[in-house]
Amino acid sequence: MAAEAEVTGEHIKAAESVFNVPGTFMQIPKLMRYQFSVYLQSRRFYAMISIIVVIGALLSVVVAHFRPSFINNNLAFYGSLFAGAIPVVIVLAAVFFGGDAIAGEFQNRTGYFLMSVPIRRATIYVAKYIAAFLASLAIMALYVVILLINGVYYFGSNAFPWQLGLSFVLSIAYLAAVLGTTFLFSSLFKTSAYGFVMTVVLFLFGFSLLEDLMSLVVKMEPWMVISYASGVMGDVFSSNIHWGFTGLTTTLTTRGPGGAIFRSTSYTPGVGEGVLIMLAYFIITAIVGLFRFERQEFS
Amino acid sequence: MTSSSSIVMDGLTKRFGQLTALDHLDLKLEGSKCVGFLGPNGAGKTTALKLLSDMIFPTEGECFINGISVQEERKKALAEVGLLIETPEIYPSLTPREALGMIADLRGVPHSEWNARIETVLSEVKMMEWADKKVGSFSKGMKQRINIAASLVHDPEIVILDEPATGLDPRGMAEVRDIVRSLKKRNRLIFMSSHILQEVTDVCDEIALIDKGKLLLYDTLANTIARFSDAGAQSTVDAGLSRPLDSQGEGKLKTSGDIVSFESVEPTRLRITFKGGMKGQEKLLQSLVAMDIGIVSLSGRANALEDIYLQQIGRGD
Repeated sequence: MAAEAEVTGEHIKAAESVFNVPGTFMQIPKLMRYQFSVYLQSRRFYAMISIIVVIGALLSVVVAHFRPSFINNNLAFYGSLFAGAIPVVIVLAAVFFGGDAIAGEFQNRTGYFLMSVPIRRATIYVAKYIAAFLASLAIMALYVVILLINGVYYFGSNAFPWQLGLSFVLSIAYLAAVLGTTFLFSSLFKTSAYGFVMTVVLFLFGFSLLEDLMSLVVKMEPWMVISYASGVMGDVFSSNIHWGFTGLTTTLTTRGPGGAIFRSTSYTPGVGEGVLIMLAYFIITAIVGLFRFERQEFS
Repeated sequence: MTSSSSIVMDGLTKRFGQLTALDHLDLKLEGSKCVGFLGPNGAGKTTALKLLSDMIFPTEGECFINGISVQEERKKALAEVGLLIETPEIYPSLTPREALGMIADLRGVPHSEWNARIETVLSEVKMMEWADKKVGSFSKGMKQRINIAASLVHDPEIVILDEPATGLDPRGMAEVRDIVRSLKKRNRLIFMSSHILQEVTDVCDEIALIDKGKLLLYDTLANTIARFSDAGAQSTVDAGLSRPLDSQGEGKLKTSGDIVSFESVEPTRLRITFKGGMKGQEKLLQSLVAMDIGIVSLSGRANALEDIYLQQIGRGD
């Protein structure tokens, strides 16, 4: 018996060396942890922190110096400085962390390193998404901390409106949608620059332009545009919050020279509607992006 | 267990638009050995290896590793495979220890074994002293050593290497050969593409030769050389001497019936042309020893493989 074990020793050693590859749901948090650490050690993370610190410092100095009217009302203060700035912070974070998340794996050839492991493409996509989401959330949190320090200075530590909390929750939903869209663009190309440019152009100009065209020219509610939905982050600070799942249409009629009548129509998304639009963007972009990445070849 | 290791390519075809990179490739590798995958640039070697690792998808056909379809069950099929395809890049902010830790973690190597395994493979590729430096500052050759280490960190049963010596200096190339020899001793199945015929001659037991996406031959190295060595054709070998050739030795060579011609490449190295294929080479060696001219080495197998390679592939067409 002992002799038999000795003879087959090499085979026993080989058998012991086979490890159980973790399941997909175990691999996701493992890979996410490494991807997050890669983000934390990247120059772009520190660049993003620097941008937020500069924006926060400018905001603090300008508000302190010019003392605009909103510093007399905590709701107006947080509404202006949180809802006014957080969509831009989110888009910047999404571009920084998601713009080349997938395309970069092809362009920088790091994908070949990951693909040498028994891992599903979907695992890579989801783990990278969660890592980028957490990195973006850290950046958003930094901005919120700067804002809260200012708020405490002007209103004390007991004057945080509940609307700020709700708006923050909505901003997280917006981040999920924006990052999902960014990942989708990134998965369409094998060159990082295309993903970056597409995201920047669409989120900083494209969607706003489309929203204006639909509401002003076509005269229909731009419910399919993500930037329209992002309005709910600011709307929750208004005195009469529209909670519904449909948009509010307001038509303003004015009389011009010679008695001509001008009608302008504006649309306001309901909070429920805004959340649904963001959720739809997140789900649709995630499905399409995942499908696209599953079919991408490392050629 | 290792004797059942297998790689099967079944009617594997890959087209990129109008270009057929791989044309119904059928190849079955079994057991523990090293198989050299040879072919000119654009022959389809990397395409085949990428299909084997599911990095690209076949137009037709399927690959199996240990009987499991790579296309159907990537994770399961690659569980016991170490892969190095096309010189991957490693995240520059990671150290080799972190990068290999990530691979070990994703492959399910128990945490308690990480350090031992990572240090073993880093020592094997002579990168231990760089274990905690950022990969971003590494040269191409150093990165390739880490890539080789990554393919071995889980002590795989099957190792697929695509041009492993890419970017390595001569010492690095020799170390790759040592690694492959060590894997062979541990009964692994190694499938390795290479342009370096000397490397293939040194470490491979079998060769698979492809060109224009088609398999031209697959056989053991010895059989291949024997099969293609035409008894009437001339072959050239390099003979190493322990001392410079004197006039007496020169006379013996000139009168030997086994030698067609010879020239002194260096004072202690001769290039000898002979006839008779493998049999002729055997006879030549016996004659050279009998001549007492200080023969210490005879290298000719790489030349033989090169002759076969050029004969099969065609000289530049």
